[in-house]
Amino acid sequence: MPVLFAHLMETGFGGFYDGIAHLLITPVDLMLVIGLSVLAGQQGPAGGRLLLALLPMSWWLGGMAGQWLRFDTSLTALTTALLIVVGVLVALARRLKAAVLALLVVVAGLVFGLANGFTLPVAAGMSLDLLGVVSAVAVLVLLISGQVVVTQRSWLRIAQQVAGSWIAAAGVLALGLMLKG
Amino acid sequence: MDRMMSLQGFLRRLLNGRRWWPACAGLFTLLWVLVPGAQAHVEAGGAGSVMAGFLHPVTGLDHVVAMVAVGLWGAVLGAPAIWLLPVAFPMVMAFGALLGLLQLPLPGVELGIALSALVLGVLVMLQQRLPMAVAAIVVGVFALFHGYAHGVELPDGADALLFSLAFVVATGLLHLVGILLGEIRRWAWGPRVLQCTGAGIAVVGVWSLIQVGGA
Repeated sequence: MPVLFAHLMETGFGGFYDGIAHLLITPVDLMLVIGLSVLAGQQGPAGGRLLLALLPMSWWLGGMAGQWLRFDTSLTALTTALLIVVGVLVALARRLKAAVLALLVVVAGLVFGLANGFTLPVAAGMSLDLLGVVSAVAVLVLLISGQVVVTQRSWLRIAQQVAGSWIAAAGVLALGLMLKG
Repeated sequence: MDRMMSLQGFLRRLLNGRRWWPACAGLFTLLWVLVPGAQAHVEAGGAGSVMAGFLHPVTGLDHVVAMVAVGLWGAVLGAPAIWLLPVAFPMVMAFGALLGLLQLPLPGVELGIALSALVLGVLVMLQQRLPMAVAAIVVGVFALFHGYAHGVELPDGADALLFSLAFVVATGLLHLVGILLGEIRRWAWGPRVLQCTGAGIAVVGVWSLIQVGGA
């Protein structure tokens, strides 16, 4: 997938809303946020809180670093690999140690933020575009992980695992297509 | 007049009762299977199209019946297989597709696909309940063959992830079709219909085997 794919769409409402729209129309970013939110929700309220504290922050740091570095390179293989890991963990629905979850969240946030930062417009000081992306990440994390935490019905938990399986499978296929060229 | 009243009473009981929804679900899913079946050979665009990914798993009758059979057999096996198989199948299938995409050798792919419809059809027909580990291995091996065949055929394109996601979702929905069809076993006549469906799937498997033998 070319780097150009990650370019912002222009909503006409300014950088902040462009950033929100960017997250919502970028499948790999959206799938990662959904996958991590479900994974954190499966770990209980503590997992949800940890994700909410770490993912937006690491995403923002990665984005700032990406805007500063501005490498003309694609991190697609890395982001897809992270997507596969998250999908497999959601499908397995196993309890993770808090440190493992924290490490995964921080690495994912930094890598995806970096990938965003390479293509987001550079602004003096705080980038509104990046702030929009990070805000959308935080809201999605809060909504999805909160809902997963309170989910009691067994079929909904199974649906979460199936969703994780689909994310992992889609990631493996996408990686294969990339390797094929 | 009496006949009309009895029909109305039957419909009222059907709609008021809790058992009507499996019938609707079964009918809907049957239609869902049959309609794409008629369009299954329309060549879609490249990997950039979600529709191409979504239609790819339904472009072959042998693939479709095998995917539905996985869901049907899961319903026959009951918990935990009914949810474990749809969770495991896409990941194993994707691994098979990866092998196909990388053009690593896997012998007897077409034979394996034909056998999958035959074996799963017979298992559904006989309402066979195998141990979970054996069931997982059987379905996993068939998933590998189906995935490999899909991987070899996948078109090149820019939007790999969207194509792949649509592809996996379509496969998962075919499993769901099988699981929902399997719900008819709750009726007295349901198991018999399931056995007939399994027999039909097995016949498709035999037809596929003949095709493989003739090729």
